[in-house]
Amino acid sequence: MTNQEIFDTLKATYGGAIGSFHEQGGSAYMKRTSSYADIVEYSQIAQICQYLRDEPTLEFDNLNCLSCDDNGDKTLSVIYHMESLKFKHHFAFKVTVPIDHPVVPTVTRVWASANWHEREGWDMIGIQFHGHPDLRRILLDDDWEGHPLRKDYKEPEFYRGMKVGY
Amino acid sequence: MSELFNRTMTTIAPAPVKIIPAERVEPNRIKTEEMILNVGPQHPSTHGVLRLEAVLDGELVIDVIPHLGYLHRCFEKHCEAMTYPQVIPYVDRMDYLAAMNSEHGYALAVERMMGIEVPEKVEFIRVLFAELQRIASHLVAVGTFGLDVGAFTPFLYCFRDREDILEMFEKTCGARLLYNYIWVGGLSHDLHPDVLKMCRDFVKKNRATHAEVNNLLTFNKIFVERTINIGILKPDVAINCGASGPMLRGSGVKWDLRRDDPYSIYDRFEFDIPVGTGKMGTVGDCFDRHWVRMLEWEQSLNIIEQILEQYPQDDKTDVQKAVPKRIKPAIGEIYSRTENPRGELGYYISSKDGINPARVKVRSPAFVNLSLLPIISRGYMMADLIIILGSIDIVLGEVDR
Amino acid sequence: MFDGLRDLLIGLLGKGDLADVLAVVVYCALPLVVILLYALFAILAEMKLSAWLQDRLGPMRVGPWGILQPIADILKLLQKEDITPTQADKKLYNLSPFLVFIGSYLGFAVLPFSAMYAGARLNVGIFYLVAVSGLVVVGILMAGWSSNNKYSLFGAMRSVAQIVSYEIPAGLAILSVVMIAGTMDLQTISKLQEGGVQNWFIFGGPKNLAGFGGATAWALAPVMMIAFLIYFIASLAETNRVPFDIPEAESELVAGYHTEYSAMKFALFFLAEYANMLVVSAVASILFLGGWNSPFGEFLGGPVMGLVWFLGKAIFFVMVQIWIRWTLPRLRVDQLMHICWKVMIPFGMATVLLVGTIVTWFAH
Repeated sequence: MTNQEIFDTLKATYGGAIGSFHEQGGSAYMKRTSSYADIVEYSQIAQICQYLRDEPTLEFDNLNCLSCDDNGDKTLSVIYHMESLKFKHHFAFKVTVPIDHPVVPTVTRVWASANWHEREGWDMIGIQFHGHPDLRRILLDDDWEGHPLRKDYKEPEFYRGMKVGY
Repeated sequence: MSELFNRTMTTIAPAPVKIIPAERVEPNRIKTEEMILNVGPQHPSTHGVLRLEAVLDGELVIDVIPHLGYLHRCFEKHCEAMTYPQVIPYVDRMDYLAAMNSEHGYALAVERMMGIEVPEKVEFIRVLFAELQRIASHLVAVGTFGLDVGAFTPFLYCFRDREDILEMFEKTCGARLLYNYIWVGGLSHDLHPDVLKMCRDFVKKNRATHAEVNNLLTFNKIFVERTINIGILKPDVAINCGASGPMLRGSGVKWDLRRDDPYSIYDRFEFDIPVGTGKMGTVGDCFDRHWVRMLEWEQSLNIIEQILEQYPQDDKTDVQKAVPKRIKPAIGEIYSRTENPRGELGYYISSKDGINPARVKVRSPAFVNLSLLPIISRGYMMADLIIILGSIDIVLGEVDR
Repeated sequence: MFDGLRDLLIGLLGKGDLADVLAVVVYCALPLVVILLYALFAILAEMKLSAWLQDRLGPMRVGPWGILQPIADILKLLQKEDITPTQADKKLYNLSPFLVFIGSYLGFAVLPFSAMYAGARLNVGIFYLVAVSGLVVVGILMAGWSSNNKYSLFGAMRSVAQIVSYEIPAGLAILSVVMIAGTMDLQTISKLQEGGVQNWFIFGGPKNLAGFGGATAWALAPVMMIAFLIYFIASLAETNRVPFDIPEAESELVAGYHTEYSAMKFALFFLAEYANMLVVSAVASILFLGGWNSPFGEFLGGPVMGLVWFLGKAIFFVMVQIWIRWTLPRLRVDQLMHICWKVMIPFGMATVLLVGTIVTWFAH
């Protein structure tokens, strides 16, 4: 199925929860793998993911990547790239949440691979994945302050008495 | 596609519960106190600075909690301040054992964003070097896996052959480990005229080493006994947990991006995709992962032989012909992936119409594969834990980024 | 030889206690000289052999072809800081390396190096040797426990379990020889095998012993070969060498029971390991391969050549141990125990039974 068809199927099932479809230019590859749909109603993400994984015509069994991004306009995004090993088709969707309330439901129960990606997202961007079994910092120390990949992040001068800048 | 894999969907992902598989527990055993053993960050077998918090009951592993981040540089933050070509040296430093493959993936991602077509000759050199690097990486993986099992000698045989590969890279681009060789749209240098001959000699010599390592290590009775039936990863769990590369193929899933999502000129070459078949024990055990690496090594040699046959020697094209003067992709985002020796190396790059990327996120295969360690090592012995970790083949530079 | 030495000293110093005491001291120190010289040689051999097996050159900088490297290594160890962890049990921690070394050193007392020289001619020689090597276990357990380190404790526990288990098959193999020889005195056992390779115990023992016909002794040969194999494998395990180096498994336990030790205390463990290798190899050659006997009967025999033959045979087995170390991977704990209890002990029992049956049957 092409991305447009997958989007249409999704739209037909979930209606208002799905926002617009963003087709990517550049090259055919980019169009095929990276075109994404917006998810407006992000409380339904887990259900939508479950549907994408279990629907026999879609079977998105592999979550390739879960990326988090700071858009720089007081919003944060989570981008889910997935593929089906059986049908070899791709899909992606994006959730945008306000920076002052960055809560997104976890998809760990749908794809176990999301576990560490979500921990990384919390660590680096500061998105709280609601319902995650073990939401701790993964790359930085537990007592680190702030989320480094946010655009407004200022690195601390000292960390436990050690100078951070160089 | 049904012959690809027969599986049932797992509805709930394996959650971290402390369970010892039933066959490993004797009934009525005396209740003893658990011991927490810190493996790493300075430990001979964590392959870098990884810390594992192992909860042990005697020699049995009840749970493992990996703690990462000792090598974290936050390269993704660096990228936001760099232009697109300036990112390449940072990408090198992620997977320092397979820097060529990382560069290849990154260059490909930016080229796909900008729609650049590179000359055929450049593609040949890229694939040649990517495959050589894959062999170099597998040599280290196989050698260090031998070390984990306690065999020291195959490790040095592997390093001896890796040296030849690094020499070829050094002749061509001057660097031995971190190359900055594959550029967006081209290469930094043309292939050194000696390399093709060196490569021919290398393939001959390396096949002998392959057979030698098989004799000395793979089919050694003790090695087989140590690696079979431990760390079993079932195919449905592997897919659900996002395993890729030899880890996924070791579980019997025939999935290789060079074949299933072809990039560069891989569709021109004949090669097999080896999968784990439970050759000595169970499908998806540590031996299968090792065996898949051994077979992939051989397949890479086959690809190199085909490249040597087909390489356009009279082609005098400038390898920097397609390098754009100004690298500034249009607004958009891409998730582009290639097959790294460790699995699926994905780059998520978001462009906001500037000369530097707005966001680069790397889906590093070792990071995702390592997240499977607790799932596949519960219930085995402490000595097995080390072997299971070795069979995952992690590079901490890539896990921690 | 002891009397000769004493007479020499009396001649020099006059009759008195001084000469006696000095004679005893010199006599006791002789094996130490042997051990130290041998250790220098074995360390170099291990480095060079492993290098050649692995397509390397090995040490090349100190002296011609790097032959002075062991001396440089010892000097380095002497200069290192002697660290005692603050949380360690200091008394036991400091005592254990000496205990381990004493355990292997005591074994040298009964070894017949030549027809003329055996430190102490005990009539329970081999029994004494097995007993004192048991001291090593105590030292290792002390080292692991007192270091207050989980890796050390792991290593010590594994080591003790392993050594105690493997003493049984080793003992059974030794018993087979003792049953044929009818003595536990190592010098007598060596003497029995005089007269050429066919009289060695690995080929069934002497063909001219009272009560034995030539052919009867040959019937023992296959059984004794199995006994020899059992002893050799068990001795690998007792000295913690590959493939049984589980107690110090580098990839799992860093360095096992001696993780926390540094400088000379570490060197003592190291020395004890090498000395132990020599002891078990020497015992293997005495019990099964004729000890100081020349394989050609009288040809190339005699006390001086005897020393050469004895050390030659022992060092040959040390080299075999080194060769095995750099070839094989390591077993797992449960596999190790499986081999010991389910394979080697039944085979050991069978050899003892067979040897006993044959010996009693034909002796009457």
